[in-house]
Amino acid sequence: MHGPGRQGETHVRLEGVTKVFRGLGRGRPDVHALGPIDLDLAKGEFFAVVGPSGCGKSTLLEVLAGLATVTEGTATFEGRPIKGEVPDGVGVVFQEDACFPWLTVAENIGFGLRETSLPAGEVEARVRRAVATMGLDGFAGAYPSQLSGGMRQRVCIARTLVLQPRLILLDEPFGALDQQTRLLMGEELLKLWRETGATVFLITHALDEAAMLADRIGVMSARPGRLLEIIETGWPADRDSRIIEESAFGAITAKLWRHLRAESLKVLGKGTDAA
Amino acid sequence: MKYASLVRLVIIVGLIGLIEVMCRTGVITRFTMQPPTLILRDLADILVSGRYNAAIAKTLTNSAIAFVSAVVVGVAAGVVIHGVKLLREALEPLFATYYAIPVLAFYPLLIILFGIGDAPQIMIGFMLGVVAVIVNTLNGIDRVPRVLMKTARIARLSRAATARRITLPYAIPFVLTGVKLALAYSLIGVIGSEFIMSTGGMGFEISFAYNNFDNATMYPLIVLVLFTAIGLNMIVRRWERLVLGRRGMQ
Repeated sequence: MHGPGRQGETHVRLEGVTKVFRGLGRGRPDVHALGPIDLDLAKGEFFAVVGPSGCGKSTLLEVLAGLATVTEGTATFEGRPIKGEVPDGVGVVFQEDACFPWLTVAENIGFGLRETSLPAGEVEARVRRAVATMGLDGFAGAYPSQLSGGMRQRVCIARTLVLQPRLILLDEPFGALDQQTRLLMGEELLKLWRETGATVFLITHALDEAAMLADRIGVMSARPGRLLEIIETGWPADRDSRIIEESAFGAITAKLWRHLRAESLKVLGKGTDAA
Repeated sequence: MKYASLVRLVIIVGLIGLIEVMCRTGVITRFTMQPPTLILRDLADILVSGRYNAAIAKTLTNSAIAFVSAVVVGVAAGVVIHGVKLLREALEPLFATYYAIPVLAFYPLLIILFGIGDAPQIMIGFMLGVVAVIVNTLNGIDRVPRVLMKTARIARLSRAATARRITLPYAIPFVLTGVKLALAYSLIGVIGSEFIMSTGGMGFEISFAYNNFDNATMYPLIVLVLFTAIGLNMIVRRWERLVLGRRGMQ
């Protein structure tokens, strides 16, 4: 089995998605940041995207989140077009610390829930469950300034998960964490993915993270970002960080690096043959 | 007690002690100033007798109205001005030069507009305080991280809800700087204007005592103004410390 979902049902569809940032001010050229990109994500799939810096990965995520509009093409979620408004059922976790410093852990986690019509008892129960699931027991009343970077990121993930999104967008969520914490957080994420059955779209710089977590990995070119190749990992759904011991893991990361090295060198202006 | 606090206390007590000695030894004459111990005794008498209660109440009430109005209007105006780029570009240069204008000089105009009641004094206190709140609110909102604004959009908050639940709470440490300034400016504005255009209030009573060589009333009232300003400032600072402490900012 390749992931809990992968049921064949298309959950997210990108068709010819292109993003051009218009030049601000006279004489400033337009910046073709992204596309065209065509991509289908199956319901319940874990999809990761890797690419060189500035290739438009985060722009792609913002398109899916409804935080940015496309210049050309269409993006749909559950058959409905995403048009610059955050669709219902989409949750996003950013790389930056997005905890509200004036709220406790429990208040941070329940932030979005309080905007819904859920009864207060249900909000409280969901927050309590999320605190336990994310290993934050004993810290519900703590303020973000009293937590480590990893714990703060867990709070942000919990804040997204309590809303029970059907599509989870992750923009380098572990980018600021050390390697050990990242691996363990990756395990947590896989567990949550299995439990929720949500479709996950992960942007990452870390090749090992993509290789460990995803069912499929999209490799993007240097700007304007296009999908060069989609690599199937073939991992079982019940995987964890020990998968890095598999020989196939090394083969996948090597393949990713072959692509990325060439694209990164283009970004650095050194051509593909540079050492 | 922290070492710095101890040093501060020693400096203050030392200066007061020095003035006491200078007054007692005649270096400073009784016509110029009373010894601090006598000032404190007279202050206690004034407070116990209650003969200046009406003046104290008038000043504190007017200052409170000026202060609260400055904070409420200043925060609301800061949020609105931040949201309208053109308005901000038009007003910001005016804010930058605002405190170069001697607001007290407008008192004849304010009397013409509002009469000889409390309104002109409140208006001067308000005018002095409001811009400090606006400028610091703008400064605070400018610093809200983009990721929090994205989070607001993900949570599909309206503009008003974003201001109430994210922008203003984030900006509170900066707004508090404006609040502290507004507190001081409101007192300065109200008491200062009582000196020149009032028939009551602590400012008027200090001025009246001064004109009548009544040092036994003038100095205790000055000390009372001092204690009031310090006390109110300490309350706001305590609140500020609580807010900053929660955020790990101190």
